[in-house]
Amino acid sequence: MSAAIAIEGLSKRYGSLQALDGVDLRIEPGEFFGLLGPNGAGKTTLISVLAGLARASEGRASVMGHDVVDDYRAARRHLGVVPQELVFDPFFTVRETLRIQSGYFGLRRNDAWIDELLDSLDLTSKADTNMRALSGGMKRRVLVAQALVHKPPVVVLDEPTAGVDVALRQGLWAFIGRLNRAGHTIVLTTHYLEEAEALCNRIAMLKQGRVVALDTTANLLRVARNAQKTVRLRLSGSTLPVALAARQPVRDGDAVTIPLGNYAELEQILAEVRQSGESVLELDVVQPDLQDVFMQVMTRH
Amino acid sequence: MSEHLLPIAVPATDIRGGFVTLLYKETLRFWKVSMQTVFAPVVTTVLYLMIFAHVLANHVEVFPGVAYSSFLVPGLAMMAALQNAFANTSSSMIQSKMTGNLVFILLPPLSPAEIVGAYVLASMLRGFLCGTAVLLVGAWFAPLPVAHPLAVVVFAMLGSASLGALGLVAGIYSDKVDQLSAFQHFVVVPLTFLAGVFYSVQTLPPVWQAASHLNPVFYMVDGFRWGFFGAADVSPWLSLAVVAACVAVVNGWAMLLLKSGYKLRH
Repeated sequence: MSAAIAIEGLSKRYGSLQALDGVDLRIEPGEFFGLLGPNGAGKTTLISVLAGLARASEGRASVMGHDVVDDYRAARRHLGVVPQELVFDPFFTVRETLRIQSGYFGLRRNDAWIDELLDSLDLTSKADTNMRALSGGMKRRVLVAQALVHKPPVVVLDEPTAGVDVALRQGLWAFIGRLNRAGHTIVLTTHYLEEAEALCNRIAMLKQGRVVALDTTANLLRVARNAQKTVRLRLSGSTLPVALAARQPVRDGDAVTIPLGNYAELEQILAEVRQSGESVLELDVVQPDLQDVFMQVMTRH
Repeated sequence: MSEHLLPIAVPATDIRGGFVTLLYKETLRFWKVSMQTVFAPVVTTVLYLMIFAHVLANHVEVFPGVAYSSFLVPGLAMMAALQNAFANTSSSMIQSKMTGNLVFILLPPLSPAEIVGAYVLASMLRGFLCGTAVLLVGAWFAPLPVAHPLAVVVFAMLGSASLGALGLVAGIYSDKVDQLSAFQHFVVVPLTFLAGVFYSVQTLPPVWQAASHLNPVFYMVDGFRWGFFGAADVSPWLSLAVVAACVAVVNGWAMLLLKSGYKLRH
């Protein structure tokens, strides 16, 4: 079975800027794949090459086995893209927008599916409203509907939740999750690492146009869990108990952060605090998450 | 949110559906604001007709037996058709580029030929509506014979196909509205105004007559007018050849830009 997305030796230069630098990536059908990286890492460029919005300087890419250049018609029929920018055509209503987008893909009688999309994205009451009159969150949902209007097996979302309120974000992810369970391959870029952690089964991290980490989310998190845990304490007195000084504490305002080898050490630390006659006002055990893995990988490369 | 599961089999598609939809969208786009895209230019053109016909009615007879006001009507109709064909593609392209919604056309499986074809055909339709409206109003002002109806239709179609494609080219090259506006005011308007719309180039001094013959729009207007009066400044066959060449060159240019992705696919 061909990969949902196959990328081989992909490079893209814009003048002197190397936006992508020899990217190899294979995403299997049915995956929920996260593409992470700081701004300018090449995430959007990668998506643009897949979608035919940009042309690779070197290398090749395909969607469900269809080359995005040589067989662009088939590749584009298999791909739905939610662009990062909140774009819309002010001449049309929501339903017209979706009908037109459907027609571009050669589906001119697609109203049953359009109705279902409107319903799934809570847009039914806005179907005959002009795009100009919609809120930002609604425009975002229309963009999602537009990307799905031709039932693409591979759906790419470029920061779909940037600037979107929490309730909408939850609703959107519930819907995308359903698409994934129904067999759609989902690729998303996001700045919210907790989203990637919660949703993606595999993650690639990009930096300066290169893939610097590529693994299952579970493995990346295991790396993080093996990393240093810390405990953050706020004590009643302002001077640090002498016994704690040996534990390489880091002062942080009126709190102190202490490295933690394992949870058993926590009891010893608290005992040391009690012995010094102080009491604990606040305590936080900090477990590294994807954010920390991300920061580690980014600083290492 | 409902709990239907989604089918992921890629649906069978109608191979011409994309082209037809883009043509429909480009037509709907101008028709939704037809007050501004059709009626306003027709009113402006009719004002030209009233003013020039009134001022010059008793002074000029360009072709034997053809009153100046009659002479003026086809020229103005062609000018309206050409300028509006240009305006349709160029404004659509620049607006889509500037608002970013061009992505909706770049993502689907539309070929360069389908994109050029749909944009240009919609612009021809707007040109046709504007030109027809001017002719209808003009025929009410002045007698308007139609000697060669087929020539009228052919020149109208080829002329607006040229200017429609030129608008697409200009829209692709322009990054900002003022660049497009400069192209419109310094290239398209002079070419159409100096194409013998208001006068016969035979009345010009020899230098300007020669210069007019370098203007492709002159052949569009002259051939179109021949369709009405059976009289023209140059042979209608020469005009047809020049106009057909224009259609091929400008549409080919637009095709090359779309194929290369120039300023559209980075």
